[in-house]
Amino acid sequence: MSFGINWIEAWWWPYLFILLIGWLPTDMWRVLGVILSGGIDENSQMLIFVRAVATSLVAAVIAKLILFPAGSLAITPVELRIFAAVSGFAVFNFVGKRVFAGILTAETTLIGGAWYLGVF
Amino acid sequence: MSSTPDSSIQKPDEDNINHLHWFLKGARGIASIPALVLMSSFIGFAGFAREAGFTLGETVFMVGTIWALPSHLVLVGGVIAGTSTLTILIGVSLASVRLMPMVMAQMPLLRGKNTSRWTLLLLSHFIAITSWVFLQERYKNVPVDARASFFAGFGITITVVCTILVGFTYALAGTFPPILAAALFFLTPVYFLTSLWGAAYLLSDKWAMIFGLILGPLVHMVWPDLDILLAGAVGGTLAFGIARLQQNRKGQSS
Repeated sequence: MSFGINWIEAWWWPYLFILLIGWLPTDMWRVLGVILSGGIDENSQMLIFVRAVATSLVAAVIAKLILFPAGSLAITPVELRIFAAVSGFAVFNFVGKRVFAGILTAETTLIGGAWYLGVF
Repeated sequence: MSSTPDSSIQKPDEDNINHLHWFLKGARGIASIPALVLMSSFIGFAGFAREAGFTLGETVFMVGTIWALPSHLVLVGGVIAGTSTLTILIGVSLASVRLMPMVMAQMPLLRGKNTSRWTLLLLSHFIAITSWVFLQERYKNVPVDARASFFAGFGITITVVCTILVGFTYALAGTFPPILAAALFFLTPVYFLTSLWGAAYLLSDKWAMIFGLILGPLVHMVWPDLDILLAGAVGGTLAFGIARLQQNRKGQSS
């Protein structure tokens, strides 16, 4: 994988890159959690706000992946992907928030739809 | 001697806790529903990372070191979209900030009288949403001083199993027909779409998810490099504000 910065050709560069922009910003929160444990109220307004920002950010990535995917998924029509995701979400809610049922529905719709449309 | 409400299941001699026994008991949690759901989402992640262009080694390395699906999602999603390194870094930080309160809530339950801070720091790496849910349900059946071992058993086992699973799936995915590869990639966004909504117990979380879903692609078309940060900040702030207004109104009418 050539990342944003690909002028370093060494084999270890992608691994260092993953540590720097993936591991460090993730595990620093875990370490802080151990250090601060008992210090902050888990339900403080500040943390609720931070949670909202994190949720919005992750949701933004989800929507982008469904609308602008990479690889083989990009061959499928965008309408089909949206329809599959919406039907999976609807079934997930209908059966009492079972993630597995939602995933199964979305995947069946996607594969069935792609097969019916003769996309692949 | 620490005395807790669940002292009935503690052995009289607390220093003689069989740590291997509790480690293995924790490891058996790999056969639980939350663990199975997590494994299937990592199978999806293997396909997702592969289609994004990551190598087998990078993908496996990422799973073991980061061990938080939202971070994986933002990192790989960012690389797919060609987002700048700095934006990905900030995005990963923001997406994983919720680990901090999660760890904080877990610590008092995990800490026995002989548990060192180093053990806790080491174990904290394995705290993620799934292990959190798993432990929350099972702590009361584990003696206080055995909890670190019990958690280590579960956390380390599920991390190792998922990492190996990702490696195998990645290698196998090369032989998949495109339609299966596409379905595998699709698993990741759909897993998050459902599980994030399932975990949203606050009104602000639900609004945040709705705003993020709408704002993500919209901002992407105008300002592709900062899209996730802007969608996160604007969507999160709007969600927080609306939820507070709704609560205030409810408070006044009742």
